[in-house]
Amino acid sequence: MASRVLMPKGSDTMTEGKVLKWLKNEGEQVANGDPLVEIETDKVDMEVESMASGVLRKVLVSAGETVPVGQMLAVIGKAEEDISSLISSNGGAPAAKAPAEPKEAPAAQPVQPAAAAPALQPAAPTPAATGGRILASPLARRIARDAGLDLASIQGSGPGGRIIRRDVESATAAGAPSAPSPQFAPQGPEFRDEPLSQMRKTIAQRLAQSLGPIPHFYLTIDVDMKKAKELRESANKLIPDLKLTYNDIIVKACAVALTQHPDVNASFTGNAIRYHNRIHLGIAVAIEGGGLITPVVRDCNLKTLQQISSESKDLIARARTRKLKPEEYTGGTFSVSNLGMLGIVEFSAVINPPEGAILAIGSVEEKPVVENGQITIGYRCRMTLSCDHRVVDGATGAKFLQTLQQILENPLLMAL
Amino acid sequence: MAVIAFREALNQAMREEMQRDETIFLMGEEVGAYNGAYKVTKGLLDEFGPKRVLDTPITELGFTGLGVGAAMTGLRPIVEMMTFNFSLLALDEIVNCAAKMLYMSGGQLGVPMVVRGPGGAGHQLAATHSQALESWFCHIPGLKVVTPSTPADAKGLLKSSIRDNNTVIFIESEVLYGLKGEVPEGEYTIPLGVADIKRPGNDVTLIAHAKMVHVALEAAEELEKEGIDAEVIDPRTLRPLDTETILQSIRKTNRAVVVEEGWPFCGIGAQVVDTIQHQAFDYLDAPILRVTGIDVPMPYSKPLEHLHAPDKARVMDAVHRVTYKN
Repeated sequence: MASRVLMPKGSDTMTEGKVLKWLKNEGEQVANGDPLVEIETDKVDMEVESMASGVLRKVLVSAGETVPVGQMLAVIGKAEEDISSLISSNGGAPAAKAPAEPKEAPAAQPVQPAAAAPALQPAAPTPAATGGRILASPLARRIARDAGLDLASIQGSGPGGRIIRRDVESATAAGAPSAPSPQFAPQGPEFRDEPLSQMRKTIAQRLAQSLGPIPHFYLTIDVDMKKAKELRESANKLIPDLKLTYNDIIVKACAVALTQHPDVNASFTGNAIRYHNRIHLGIAVAIEGGGLITPVVRDCNLKTLQQISSESKDLIARARTRKLKPEEYTGGTFSVSNLGMLGIVEFSAVINPPEGAILAIGSVEEKPVVENGQITIGYRCRMTLSCDHRVVDGATGAKFLQTLQQILENPLLMAL
Repeated sequence: MAVIAFREALNQAMREEMQRDETIFLMGEEVGAYNGAYKVTKGLLDEFGPKRVLDTPITELGFTGLGVGAAMTGLRPIVEMMTFNFSLLALDEIVNCAAKMLYMSGGQLGVPMVVRGPGGAGHQLAATHSQALESWFCHIPGLKVVTPSTPADAKGLLKSSIRDNNTVIFIESEVLYGLKGEVPEGEYTIPLGVADIKRPGNDVTLIAHAKMVHVALEAAEELEKEGIDAEVIDPRTLRPLDTETILQSIRKTNRAVVVEEGWPFCGIGAQVVDTIQHQAFDYLDAPILRVTGIDVPMPYSKPLEHLHAPDKARVMDAVHRVTYKN
């Protein structure tokens, strides 16, 4: 039987995608798993593998066109098979009939972690989704949860479309979309009439989501970075390849501070406050050619400075060239944004939903300070915590900042 | 190691234990002069004499009660049921006396007694003589229930059962009495409550006891030809059940089929399935299936009798379903 190739749901926030390039031509033989078409999602450019074997009979969406998720892109079948009814049956894409997009939800609608929001999303073509309930074996659910995969994006091959282990495993291998997809970007209207990239569209949507329903407030603290500076210099002398940055030290310090203030490592879910047991730190990274993305260093509290440093270097480098896999930029529980290297002394960042807080880091400045009644040269850094007031109250955020300050001013605490 | 039949293995176990401990005695219908209805007690009367090997009248409730009393006062009786179908007559002594005495005497009086004999279907013994009643006894707190599947297990488990200070229901299988296998000689015991992996595998766990172990093994062999690597677990002791071995296997294979000769409703498999779904829920990739006897009294007709019992084909069919291969 011929099978349809559909625009996949490449991330939880993706509603449409652009065909960049067909990797097979009409009439060419295709095997299950062969790279078939390159598409641009709202986050990354990705290759879509063929889910069927046969001949690429008909390409319905050519390169450069943008279509909704779920729309038929092509038909794969046997060489002589009649595919006309299959093509005509797909008059309207499933996504075209989809419910309103999340941004059109009433303002009172709380921002849900994406994992809990399949109902808000245009339905991906999942036969397993019956009456809102996704049929999946307990094992498949667990593997998907551990891998941060969204079951709604996986096609089930079991009875009645049940998603079973092999479906999740092949989705993992194919780099399927994952659950929560935080995005963070500076706010600003578009001044030039330039067509929006998929990423720019998502940034706009997410920002509106964030500053709209999330009641932000801001707390700023001044941190003496003298000892952190010494730590950085001596570590880099000991291990020249390490190239430890202030950012690495601050990320580690945040993780240590969060273990002491778990109430800041939390999300607002609409009817509950979700306290995350693991500490995954997002690092906002500017992308070459515009846009930004937040790669996530997982379990920062369990990792050494050296591990955090090398892992974030790799993630940041790949983020800049759009080479991140979806599971590498989703699932954060707290974020840091650092504009210090651009000379910014102090700023406030926009929360990256569904996270409860974000830390904005300014530059480390050499300036005169008063210590023990003497004017001396100090190294100071201003940090601003943006909090979701539904999750974090003023005093809670302040206590967290105080601990963070104490750790950065006594970096030995990170090793204790 | 000597290759001997299942019945000889049981005979060895009783003989060796009776030689070791003179408080052990055997009684039942035809266990003495006739050497046992199935020749399991062959030669024991000659060796140990009429004081320790007693032929009883056809009075299951009576002689089981005699066993309970003897056990309470320091002896270690082995009570043979000619078949476990007859144990229904002795249920009051087993359930209300043997299983509860230690509890109701505040730990003062235990009943270290073994009730043993064949269970399950034979050959055309019809509705009242073909029952696998192990789930009845498994239901009762205070009883241990043992169901060996091989001569070696039969010997090692019977010796442990005789030495156990609780009442042990030891159910053999009439059709396995002739089964031959290697059996260690002399002192050799298998602890109660420890399952045995009869065949290691990775794709599906088959849990079967008594003669169903052999049906499961046959199915596993056939499944191997199809590329399905089945693990066969024989709990050996149904109560206490070695849940850890079963759960470890499920965590590896993510799917299970429970095979038993008895009826489905409230059967052994019902308990096994409950244990798995409760303790290994997140590891399951398919519903657990059961292959059981059909939910009717055993027909006398030979073809119908064959249809009643789980066989290789039914086990394979269940495996295909849990592995999504159908």
